[in-house]
Amino acid sequence: MTTQTVDQAAAAAARATPQRIAHRVRGLSDRAIAWLFISPTILLLLAINIFPLLWTVYLSFTNFRANQPGREFKWVGTRNYERLLGSEDIWGYMQATAHFVVWTMAIQIILGLGLALLINRAFRGSGFWTTLILIPMMLSPAVVGTFWTYLYQPQTGIFSYILNVFHNFGPIDMIGSVSLAPWAIVIVDTWMWTPYIMLLCLAGLRSIPDYLYEAAEIDRANWLQKFWYITLPRVLPFLMLAVLFRGIENFKMFDLVVELTSGGPGSTTELASINLKREAFEKWRTGYSSAFAIILFVTVFGLGNIYVKALKRVTS
Amino acid sequence: MRQLKAFAIAAAAVTAMTVGAQAQDKEITLCWAAWDPANALVELSKDFTAQSGIKMNFEFVPWTNFADRMLNELNSGGKLCDLMIGDSQWIGGGATYNHYVKLNDFFDAEGISMDDFLPATVYAYSTWPKGTPNYYALPAMGDALGWVYRKDWFARPELQAEFKDKHGRDLAPPKNWIELKEIAEFFQGRDIDGKTVYGAAIFTERGSEGITMGATSALYSWGFDYEKEPGSYDMAGVVNSPEAVEALEFYKSIYDCCTPPGYSDSYMVANLDAYKSGQVAMMMNWFAFWPGLAKDEAVGGDVTGYFVNPGQNVEASTLGGQGISVVAYSDKQAEALEYIKWFAQEGVQKKWWSLGGYSCHKAVSGAPDFADSAPFAADFLVAMNGVKDFWQEPTYAELLQSMQKRVHDYVVAEKGTAQEALDKMIDDWTITFEDDGKL
Repeated sequence: MTTQTVDQAAAAAARATPQRIAHRVRGLSDRAIAWLFISPTILLLLAINIFPLLWTVYLSFTNFRANQPGREFKWVGTRNYERLLGSEDIWGYMQATAHFVVWTMAIQIILGLGLALLINRAFRGSGFWTTLILIPMMLSPAVVGTFWTYLYQPQTGIFSYILNVFHNFGPIDMIGSVSLAPWAIVIVDTWMWTPYIMLLCLAGLRSIPDYLYEAAEIDRANWLQKFWYITLPRVLPFLMLAVLFRGIENFKMFDLVVELTSGGPGSTTELASINLKREAFEKWRTGYSSAFAIILFVTVFGLGNIYVKALKRVTS
Repeated sequence: MRQLKAFAIAAAAVTAMTVGAQAQDKEITLCWAAWDPANALVELSKDFTAQSGIKMNFEFVPWTNFADRMLNELNSGGKLCDLMIGDSQWIGGGATYNHYVKLNDFFDAEGISMDDFLPATVYAYSTWPKGTPNYYALPAMGDALGWVYRKDWFARPELQAEFKDKHGRDLAPPKNWIELKEIAEFFQGRDIDGKTVYGAAIFTERGSEGITMGATSALYSWGFDYEKEPGSYDMAGVVNSPEAVEALEFYKSIYDCCTPPGYSDSYMVANLDAYKSGQVAMMMNWFAFWPGLAKDEAVGGDVTGYFVNPGQNVEASTLGGQGISVVAYSDKQAEALEYIKWFAQEGVQKKWWSLGGYSCHKAVSGAPDFADSAPFAADFLVAMNGVKDFWQEPTYAELLQSMQKRVHDYVVAEKGTAQEALDKMIDDWTITFEDDGKL
């Protein structure tokens, strides 16, 4: 479209606009018009995001119970926070969460990057293998959790069977054993979400221009040097982004672990979010669970901010 | 005249069709757990629809999600359920938070007497505050925790001989928990018909109420109580008494010695699966499942024997079962009450038992021929005479979750001692009662 036709179209639009509205719009600054357009979104965000957050902060200082809406509730000051921070159990849930997040991230980074490096090579059927590897992350966590409970079944599960091929361990109770259950959930999450890390790493690998490797060849760099000085720095922003997404997701992990272990044995795999749900919607301690939610929010928000700053430094 | 006759017939036909259509338009929803007795109730309720023209809808939720789902429904004032067959422990919350309609006036008006029902079931399923004549439910399904055993295995001469050699008595249903453990140990890891079998399937589930129901079956037999005086909420020295500690240690010892591998999160269905597949010699479960089990192709008939929860210091069983209540948020309370009126009838109660539901009506369970009407009927009466329930307080869900955690931590996860588990349970419960203004 030429400049002339654009002008003509604008003029036609202006003519079509009723005089009074045209005057009104003309009287508004660009900034005002911008506010006019985004205000519905801002109002919606305030209503469904900011207000609940502020309301949760308020509730965290009360003894409110959502299952007793008619009952008067009292301001209890910092009592909920004191109980939380003084509770041995809460630190147990946080430790279980930390174990889960740290190990899933560490293993998934290594495996995801490794798979991406393999898939990135041109070979016959690479598309098929890529699709096959991606299947686990397309499944519902509830489905994955349920069928892995069968795979982990000590007597009839295939997991125990395969391990017993290598050595006669006897029935291996992955879910019922205190020492194995934390690893059982790490394994399943790794199986499900490593493809996601791989996918992002693959995007990073495919964005590296060939001439960098060609230059490295000319400089007689070995494969380790090429990986260390070209591949890793170029993939790192993608990898860090993947870790950010998965880290946040795993910090609030619920469905997969509930299906697998229900937080057991005992409280061995009771992650913070599982306990939060129990406090909020099974015990109905709304005030207390609000305080716990705020603590978790501040933790994720704080760690997320630190991480994003690091990410910016890497990308710059 | 002929015309007038034709007009009258047409008018009568139209009226009949309209009334019929109105009755068919009426429908109510009954909410309960998804299990064998629920299927029996569907069958039974067909008679109600035939008589009243009110269509019955059913919302059945698996036990593991039942409390979660239905208590959310009640707490949010939902209109999904017109009738609720809620767990016995919900009665406190149902009455206190006005989820259930108080039925006293209705019972008086319709001549429904609570004296017609077994006293233990009226106390447990209907009254709040406990034992007062304030009724919020009609006893619908009597239930208690009981046991089954492989009668065919117990009868084998070689096993009988070996057991007698070892323990000096016949291999027979246990009379106390020590005998139960000896039998479980005897079968644990044994080869029967070329298959490894295990001692006992017990409740160990973590998520809802499983391990609490299982552990209390031992605790009650050791004389466990929740408070020194009813209503005092004075728990120290009772909840964590030496007897309670011993009972919990004993329950853990059965979990350690005699359950199948990987039995760390098992409740009703898992136990049934283990038993029906011939994995275990004994199984704890609810009486509600016995009618179905008796008809089972693999383990029904003479293959299975039944026994009441064994006593130790006292004879006692964990209470199951439910009452039927009208939900206060329902727009169809009249139809729901009509259902309760119908359900309370003696004839309906008799049919309820014949279909596999445990009637609490004295005309059924108090009848002279009741004990012989099924191989487990006599045991049911014995169990119901010694039942004991968990807290029925409005905060029961919180109290239950605390016990689930403490008991599972000790029994399955081997965290701390039984004494510590019970001490911590008192701490948790004290906070709950303090927050609820009871302490």
